[in-house]
Amino acid sequence: MISIAIEKKLKAYDGQQILRVDRQFAAGSITKIYGPSGAGKTTFLKIIAGLIAPEKGTIINDGVTWFNAESKVNMPVQKRNTGFVFQQYALFPNMTVKQQLEYATADESWIKRLLLLGKLDTLQEHKPEYLSGGQQQRLAILRALATKPKLLLMDEPFSALDMKMKTELTAELKIVLKELGATTLIVSHNPQELDGLTSEVMMFE
Amino acid sequence: MDLTPIWLTLKLAGITTLLLLIIGLPFAWWLSRGRSFFKIMIEAIITMPLVLPPSVLGFYLLLAFSPQHGVGKWLQEVFNVQFVFSFQGLVLASVIYSVPFMVGPVKSALQQLPPALAEASYTLGKTEWQTFRYVLLPNIKPSLLTATVLTFAHTLGEFGVVLMIGGNIPGITRVASIAVYDSVERQDYAMANNYSLVLFSITFVLVIAVFVFNKYQAKSPLG
Repeated sequence: MISIAIEKKLKAYDGQQILRVDRQFAAGSITKIYGPSGAGKTTFLKIIAGLIAPEKGTIINDGVTWFNAESKVNMPVQKRNTGFVFQQYALFPNMTVKQQLEYATADESWIKRLLLLGKLDTLQEHKPEYLSGGQQQRLAILRALATKPKLLLMDEPFSALDMKMKTELTAELKIVLKELGATTLIVSHNPQELDGLTSEVMMFE
Repeated sequence: MDLTPIWLTLKLAGITTLLLLIIGLPFAWWLSRGRSFFKIMIEAIITMPLVLPPSVLGFYLLLAFSPQHGVGKWLQEVFNVQFVFSFQGLVLASVIYSVPFMVGPVKSALQQLPPALAEASYTLGKTEWQTFRYVLLPNIKPSLLTATVLTFAHTLGEFGVVLMIGGNIPGITRVASIAVYDSVERQDYAMANNYSLVLFSITFVLVIAVFVFNKYQAKSPLG
């Protein structure tokens, strides 16, 4: 279980607003996070991953303190073992599909399985610039899964996928996430999206 | 025609470029990450050789490393190293003089990469060094090539700074640009022309090569 109680000032067009979250996520749960643009959904995910530090609060994962503002504890992002799917994919332009996964893990059989899961097994020697938007997005999801994370943070991970691909991928993803026992947080702008995948909902205002 | 000044020039440019690749790349990376007053000051200082007359830089280096006092005296007494009127002095002066040519383009290129690339690498458990080596550097290849070639070419053309700290000692500090000046002083215009033509040709080929390469990488060295 991960417990998050944080505060972070956000820069907004009309001044400043404060992102306040106090919530626990059960181990293995899949939570959909939705809310308007600029509400701090992406910032929230980056705070959990350790890419941004909040001003106040604590983050405790399975009894281990990842962040504590008062006692100045801030576990480095590399040690948190969180998978992160970036909204703009953040694929490495210099690496092929397979190299992006090999950069994350040395487990060849896991790489093979991921490539099949994302239907990218025939494109493994391609660099991102030669992939479609949907293929790039699938690769970003596979790369985030490559380290077998216990916590998966996904920022609009299915926005470029067509309905058929989204349905197939989410069904497969559900099985993999269960196998990994990963707690998953998925940011989505659409409240109706992902109803079959997620069990919890969190709303940002 | 005595080719020693040409070889000496190429040797100086090669060593300077190599040293600047080793020192300049991590330095550019450090400068590209965040802004602080301290970093702005450091950046201003390393940019100075771009605008400062080379003779001024050479004069200060001559003072600083003179074996009669200060740092130069200490280096002479403790390590028996002398920078004034020696090849290692030329290398030191060239590294300082060419540092903005290596650091500037590399720093700009690193700043233009989306921050999410490094962030993605960190979430995969990679260290800052691994991220720099395997993600950031390979994605700024055109700028890296531009910086390397410009540093090399710029060192070929150094005159004022190397004359001040190195003088004109044949086989040791008499590089091609000084040989041109020396030939003109002796009114040996044919020799001056020979050295000039070799320098001109090497520099021209290098600069053309960078432009041709970058044309296919969609990045002008001046862009």
